[in-house]
Amino acid sequence: MLHIKCPHCGMRSQNEFSYGGDATIKRPELGKEVSDQEWDDFVYNRKSLRGKHWELWQHLSGCRQWIKVERDTATHEIFKTLKANQEIS
Amino acid sequence: MQKYSVFNLIKNAFSNHENWDLAWKDPTPKKEYDVVIIGGGGHGLATAYYLAKEHNITNVAIIEKGWIGGGNVGRNTTIIRSNYMHDDNALFSEFGMDLWRRMSQDLNYNVMFSPRGIINLAHSDAQMNVYARRGNSMRLNGIDAVLLNREQVKEIIPMADFSENVRFPIFGGLMQPSAGTARHDAVAWGYARQADSMGVDIIQNCEVTGFEVTGGKIKGVRTSRGDIKVKKIGLCVAGSTNILAEKLNMRLPIETHLLQACVSEPVKPVLDRVVTFGAGHFYISQSDKGEMVMGGDLDGYNSYAQRGNLPTLQHVLTEGIAMMPFLSKLKMLRTWGGIMDMSMDGSPIIDKTHIEGLYLNCGWCYGGFKATPASGWTFAHTIAQDRVHELNAGYNLNRFNTGHLLDEKGLGTKTWIS
Repeated sequence: MLHIKCPHCGMRSQNEFSYGGDATIKRPELGKEVSDQEWDDFVYNRKSLRGKHWELWQHLSGCRQWIKVERDTATHEIFKTLKANQEIS
Repeated sequence: MQKYSVFNLIKNAFSNHENWDLAWKDPTPKKEYDVVIIGGGGHGLATAYYLAKEHNITNVAIIEKGWIGGGNVGRNTTIIRSNYMHDDNALFSEFGMDLWRRMSQDLNYNVMFSPRGIINLAHSDAQMNVYARRGNSMRLNGIDAVLLNREQVKEIIPMADFSENVRFPIFGGLMQPSAGTARHDAVAWGYARQADSMGVDIIQNCEVTGFEVTGGKIKGVRTSRGDIKVKKIGLCVAGSTNILAEKLNMRLPIETHLLQACVSEPVKPVLDRVVTFGAGHFYISQSDKGEMVMGGDLDGYNSYAQRGNLPTLQHVLTEGIAMMPFLSKLKMLRTWGGIMDMSMDGSPIIDKTHIEGLYLNCGWCYGGFKATPASGWTFAHTIAQDRVHELNAGYNLNRFNTGHLLDEKGLGTKTWIS
């Protein structure tokens, strides 16, 4: 079982979280002309990295906050967690 | 190639079965091929077989990082079906059903195809309506479908929970009688043996490290066992698709996820159909050895680890026990995991790419095994003729850009995220 350290609540089991996917995807800027390719990249295309991967999780059965988690997709090791509004360094 | 027959079996019995030919060779890679298939799984092996058989292209190599049949073709729950509603999926899968029926004879290899039927259980009036609609669509496409009421389901699978006060009572179900199971390893080995006999080089323990692309054209592939010059490359690597796409600077509508399956200890024959739970994601059948073969949801996060975690397994088996309470008495024998190329609309991609000579076969989600023959057949056609066949025209890569998604569930993007 994964153990995820919620930056708000501390170490909790994976059962309390739900997954939100790649945390590095940015929505195209509001009010700007957006090409089909940019929408395509935002909505569908993913790198799906093997190795270190920044991803979103929601502490659904806890504080309900979205958080960022750096996890290895090959070993499932978790390195770092951040609040959703903290930038990935 | 030695033919497998009862006469050869008897003949070889006199020499204690010590003189059988190897089923396929172990060649060193040549410097140049007409076609290289990357990925020695079911789809890659089938593609090579149909390239040789249907298109007379035999200067072909299959390059496999590990060993053939060690990935998803050896890790699935062996279910074969074509109970789809959308035309593109239905016609493609039904074409595959025909290949499945003839496969053992075609390959001279017993793949133990067992058309025992699949039943999708319904747990509400609304779900019965949805299944009636799907069944009608299937029949319009020439696929057999039977809508069963509660009593009819009870007759076929009396061990399911038909008591009154359950959370998800069984209202009925949709059955495809011609669906079934097959011996998954035999499928890989059967295709490998025939492809090899027609001149295809099966190269194992050979990792792709890069590609040579000049002027928008494929020129070669770099591997751990040397560089190979090649005119056409077919990418057939399921969960590893994104890793190779990155080497080609391509971004694909694919995420790699982890799916687990498990088998119980073997028990006496109790279930002679494939059954799926309609109020969640759980499917079950009984193998010829007597094990209950079970699977369900993805673990739910990006993963390249071919092993899973217990919370998902517990969740999936809870559904199984809700459907068939006797399962709670069984001991678990084995669990395992595989990595799935989850496409964003839940449907696969078999297409050409913007690079000339590079062809893509991916996005099978958790439905790749049943598609093995049809995928190999249409992919071989696409590679040989440099154009898609009408059967895989709907599986184009461009649909994500134009919005013509092939969304069988009608749930939008990432239908597989729970």
